[in-house]
Amino acid sequence: MSERKIRVLVAKPGLDGHDRGAKVVARALRDAGMEVIYTGLRQTPEMVAEAALQEDVDIVGLSILSGAHMTLIPRILELLKTNGQDRVKVFVGGIIPDEDCPRLKEIGVTAIYGPGAPIEKIVNDIRLALEPAS
Amino acid sequence: MGKSPLDPILSGERLALARLLTEVENDSPAARLMLDNLFPHTGKAHLIGVTGAPGTGKSSLVNQIALHYRRTSEANPRRVAIVAVDPTSPFTGGAVLGDRVRMRDLAGDPGVFIRSMASRGSLGGLAQATAGMVQVFDAAGFEIILIETVGAGQTEVDIARLAHTTLVVESPGLGDDIQAIKAGILEIADILVINKADLPGVENAESALRGMLSLAHPVQKIFHHSQDMSLPEIKTPEALQWEPPLLRTIATDGTGVEELLAAIDQHALHLRQSGGWKRREQARLEAELQTLLTGTLVAEFRANIPAERYNELVEQLVQRTLSPNEAVKILFKRRA
Repeated sequence: MSERKIRVLVAKPGLDGHDRGAKVVARALRDAGMEVIYTGLRQTPEMVAEAALQEDVDIVGLSILSGAHMTLIPRILELLKTNGQDRVKVFVGGIIPDEDCPRLKEIGVTAIYGPGAPIEKIVNDIRLALEPAS
Repeated sequence: MGKSPLDPILSGERLALARLLTEVENDSPAARLMLDNLFPHTGKAHLIGVTGAPGTGKSSLVNQIALHYRRTSEANPRRVAIVAVDPTSPFTGGAVLGDRVRMRDLAGDPGVFIRSMASRGSLGGLAQATAGMVQVFDAAGFEIILIETVGAGQTEVDIARLAHTTLVVESPGLGDDIQAIKAGILEIADILVINKADLPGVENAESALRGMLSLAHPVQKIFHHSQDMSLPEIKTPEALQWEPPLLRTIATDGTGVEELLAAIDQHALHLRQSGGWKRREQARLEAELQTLLTGTLVAEFRANIPAERYNELVEQLVQRTLSPNEAVKILFKRRA
């Protein structure tokens, strides 16, 4: 009963309106036994960070297809840090050009997934990312 | 000033609050200790339960209620906490908690704290965890605590019973008057809301519910652990006088929410004047005590039974060589 469940916030920051991918991932994580808080479309970085704080999540999963990732993600990471949630791991999915990935990892993104990434891999990566912490 | 681990909670520090809520949900020993220490600081908030079938618009309504509480009392707006419960998958143990999707209007308001919660598995455990989380919010100074549950069974009724004021949300076209008769949930309603009142069929829904209400509330009842414990004595005539109002709302645009808030506040006033507030607190705390007592007793009892012996008995049950009742007798005899 006191087993800690993995809590994941799945959020779609920015203005693109395609949340199919985010929903598929949310469902898959649920099926992997995690508790997924789904926030819906068009979230500001502030909304994402606030939800992550209130829900005390272990993981924030961001789905971004709009191309605004280099603006949105650094802001979200910064807000998480300001809120004292340094230990929260950030996963990103969507259309992220290869050349942006090193920079994103450098500022603290744990993993980045493009279209067609196998869901089992995402689940495994999340588990691995949390292992040493707990 | 002496530093106590309680300070960040009592001053409503959001990160400390969020982390404690997780601990409480996981029922950790640290959380129990914190709850013990916070308990003297609780008992101030108005707890409002919101329940009803899936799809009736509970989350949108909770969003509107919270918005209005923040807006109406402008000079000194009340702080609002929301505990939103969604079901856990019985097969995988996972959950998708989506109530925040409907509560985006509340983002950015430091006077609002939303926490999603999965129902998880254990019987009675959910009500206990919810009670704990509510206590944390109460101690942290939130004046209004909204508890949103999926109205799909006895556990939800138990949670709604945590509340001083219970809203039951219906919507047109969800079922006919037979549903209204079946629904024991109507009897726990202090206020009935027909949401989505712009949909066709609202008159039918309203007349069906009105008919049921007149039957459901002939005497004041306190339901306690599924037993009907009608009040032994009714001291004040006021206790009888609360007739659950039936209100129409459209949560998507806020229609009727002001009236709903007035009804909620009126109910709180009624409870305080009639002594019902105290009675509900007593019933709630007693139920909590009983749940904890049961859990502790069972745990202690089980600790004295070797696992092999226990499994042996379970195996005998499976073989049908022993009935569950006989097994209990054997276990008790062994101990005596």
